[in-house]
Amino acid sequence: MSEVIVVTSGKGGVGKTTTTANIGMGLAARGKKVVLVDTDTGLRNLDLLLGLERRIVYTLVDVIQQRVGYRQALVRHKKYENLYLLATSQIADKTAITPSQMAELVKNMRDDFDYILIDCPAGIEQGFQTAVVGADWALVITMPEVAAVRDADKIIGKLLADEKKVKLVVNRIRPEIVARGDMLTMEDIDDTLGVERIGHIPDDATVIDAANIGVPVVENENSQAGKAYRNLVGRIMGESIPFMEFSGPSFFDRLKALFGR
Amino acid sequence: MFDSLFGLFGGKSKSSHEIARDRLKVVLVHDRASISPEVMERMREEILQVISKYMDVDRKSMDIGLETQDDAVAVVANIPIRNYKHPGNRRN
Ligand SMILES: Nc1ncnc2c1ncn2[C@@H]1O[C@H](COP(=O)(O)OP(=O)(O)OP(=O)(O)O)[C@@H](O)[C@H]1O
Ligand SMILES: [Mg+2]
Repeated sequence: MSEVIVVTSGKGGVGKTTTTANIGMGLAARGKKVVLVDTDTGLRNLDLLLGLERRIVYTLVDVIQQRVGYRQALVRHKKYENLYLLATSQIADKTAITPSQMAELVKNMRDDFDYILIDCPAGIEQGFQTAVVGADWALVITMPEVAAVRDADKIIGKLLADEKKVKLVVNRIRPEIVARGDMLTMEDIDDTLGVERIGHIPDDATVIDAANIGVPVVENENSQAGKAYRNLVGRIMGESIPFMEFSGPSFFDRLKALFGR
Repeated sequence: MFDSLFGLFGGKSKSSHEIARDRLKVVLVHDRASISPEVMERMREEILQVISKYMDVDRKSMDIGLETQDDAVAVVANIPIRNYKHPGNRRN
């Protein structure tokens, strides 16, 4: 029995691709057989975050246009042999794949994997419809900012109207700003969006290092964000894991806040 | 000026978190309530039907929409009245 999850957000740049890569690798590290599907045709990035950019031969568009079978287009990860990527074309655009074609493909892939994760493009146009259509449920990523929460609300409205289950991840939390009382809190976001939150991830420089070297931060034992992603992976697998408290502001941060403005 | 002074010394002005939360609330009420022009037109017609049972209203200059006041959003309708109907029965 496979589980198909679409990772989506509405607003761009909030961490969909980063989250897809980390959950995918985290699930693989826990022994699950996983495929990550990049549907951001024309703007593909998932290959880079996984360090697989030089091994892509065929893409999702080749599969949809029946030039190759999907198994032939999968790229297998070196370290985790149960982790696969189906990259998309960097040349085609979002109209190259229709929602019904995508639904058909996902249906065919179900037998081969425990988890199918679909990285959705930003926006609410055809690319969104295509990414969402075959999924069992949606992981909506947002950030503690008014604009990102607003766009998440719009996307959640659409998903619920389509009768998809929705769970939420709040990314890029800056504990020192929350502690200072200058940022939307988890409670604010939970109250306004009214969907189950299953992850919160700090804003962390190790995420950027991870993107640079092509090894998702979930592999980094010393990273707060890595730990937050490992917890999220556990929750997706049905474990009940308490939410981590981020270490509050340092004494130095408080001094800066006091005198710096 | 006084406001900004109070803000500086952490007086009773809102934190940026509170401002963000309140703006979020308002914008979401707007977004969620935003209905298509067709539905808005239907609502306008139905409201007019009800009101014109009791009053002689100026259909053309009726105005209905969403308005934001402080932290709340309201449906506001402005319906100019020409005359009360049945003045004998309804004068009070
Ligand atoms: N928790 C985090 N801490 C620090 N940086 C982060 C974090 N999450 C994401 N980023 C950075 O934010 C940027 C955008 O992330 P990402 O590409 O995953 O977003 P996206 O939602 O997929 O964007 P798009 O809408 O363009 O597809 C990247 O540079 C990434 O490294
Ligand atoms: Mg992306």
